Amino acid sequence: MFRQASRLLSRSVSAAASSRSTTNRAFSTEVPSTIDSTFVESWKKVAPNMDPPQTPSSFMKPRPSTASSIPTKLTVNFVLPYASELSGKEVDMVIIPATTGQMGVLPGHVPTIAELKPGIMSVHEGTDIKKYFVSSGFAFLHANSVADIIAVEAVPLENIDASQVQKGLAEFTQKLASATTDLEKAEAQIGVEVHSAMNAALSG
Amino acid sequence: MAMTVFRREGSRFLPSIAARPIAAIRSPLSSDQEDGPLGVRSISTQVVRNRMKSVKNIQKITKAMKMVAASKLRAVQGRAENSRGLWHPFTALLGDNPSIDVKKSVVVTLSSDKGLCGGINSTVVKVSRALYKLNAGPEKDVKFVIVGEKAKAIMFRDSKNDISLTVTELNKNPLNYAQVSVLADDILKNVEFDALRIVYNKFHSVVAFLPTVATVLSPEIIEKESEVGGKLGELDSYEIEGGETKGEILQNLAEFQFSCVMFNAVLENACSEMGARMSAMDSSSRNAGEMLDRLTLTYNRTRQASITTELIEIISGASALEAAK
Repeated sequence: MFRQASRLLSRSVSAAASSRSTTNRAFSTEVPSTIDSTFVESWKKVAPNMDPPQTPSSFMKPRPSTASSIPTKLTVNFVLPYASELSGKEVDMVIIPATTGQMGVLPGHVPTIAELKPGIMSVHEGTDIKKYFVSSGFAFLHANSVADIIAVEAVPLENIDASQVQKGLAEFTQKLASATTDLEKAEAQIGVEVHSAMNAALSG
Repeated sequence: MAMTVFRREGSRFLPSIAARPIAAIRSPLSSDQEDGPLGVRSISTQVVRNRMKSVKNIQKITKAMKMVAASKLRAVQGRAENSRGLWHPFTALLGDNPSIDVKKSVVVTLSSDKGLCGGINSTVVKVSRALYKLNAGPEKDVKFVIVGEKAKAIMFRDSKNDISLTVTELNKNPLNYAQVSVLADDILKNVEFDALRIVYNKFHSVVAFLPTVATVLSPEIIEKESEVGGKLGELDSYEIEGGETKGEILQNLAEFQFSCVMFNAVLENACSEMGARMSAMDSSSRNAGEMLDRLTLTYNRTRQASITTELIEIISGASALEAAK
């Protein structure tokens, strides 16, 4: 009986040790948990009777670590305030409208933070090309071939109405001409930029 | 046969019945006892009946409020879940640093405007106060930005000097990104900060709300930390496309991050408010139902006691007449 108990004990101890080591390994991704533990400790000192609040990293799946060789596919996360348009989609290439011009992103791209201007974003998967008109936002390209694109507003190119674009362009050009204050000028200029980009997107 | 029972146990019965109703309605004494046509006293059920009517009305109201909250929850829940992916890229890039040590922290507390939503506002205020204690120090400064009437009312009492901005009536119109980005812009313009800590209730399920704190750092701190190394050390390895300087891009990035995180936080808080209101109103209507059951029993007891008293009086009167014959 005691022999069995010791066996059980050793099994449970080794299981606990291995589970602890596996959880440690699971946290060795881009977001380590060391800062969270200092937060929890300092919280306990200040408010011992209250549970510490959650932090966003506990609600997020950990990101894959940087592979040693360049992966074949690019993982794209394209998010908008009202929806996650693409999440974790594996594609071959993405072309994003950065402020410095159209930028092509392939797997193994150098880590980059790019600010986006209004323009077309296209997602290439084999022979499939999906085009979106993006208003503006940011794109993060990570070392592990994950591309995060956050846009304020994006519509598939098919949904844009050409006549409305022309009307909007004319309206904003007129507003720019008749603008008096700096704020009005800036607003009209933004309108002109976005509409002319949409025009170019529809025609080009 | 019932009558014989009463006659035999008349003397035993009477005091016990008389004692109980009087004990039950001891407080509003005068209104209970009415004088009948022959000066006969009968115990009134008016008080209990009034109470039952008001409790039933309360039950109806709380049930209706629960339905309203449930329908509003259904409307907001979809949008909140869709907006959850919005801050993942920022946390993946910049990491999550709740315990970062900065000189100026600003705690943004999100709460509801209306009450009757359970304990969510008080938990948010408790977390905010604990964050204040955590981050206040000799050279360090903590200010509050309060969104929502309820937190304003609670925090005005003791932390009035530390509140720099209050925003109310956010949920009057359906929430959308443009409105929240205007709010974020307002906060960024009016408050100096090194780190913004947004405290809100994350909607886990209809009965579970987790108080959460999301940290957004100012661009200067991000640059400093990335140079020092450690958590944000990898940030230096990222190339910057567009814009003139890294500082400019980081500024835009920090502002964009703040508005995205705020948008998600405001939606989650609205969901939590509806969920908490649903469960609060549900337990309230259940309580009202139980109270109604107990009152019904008391009502029946009172009613039966008065009937019994009347019967006994009639019967003893009749038997007295018979004995006299």
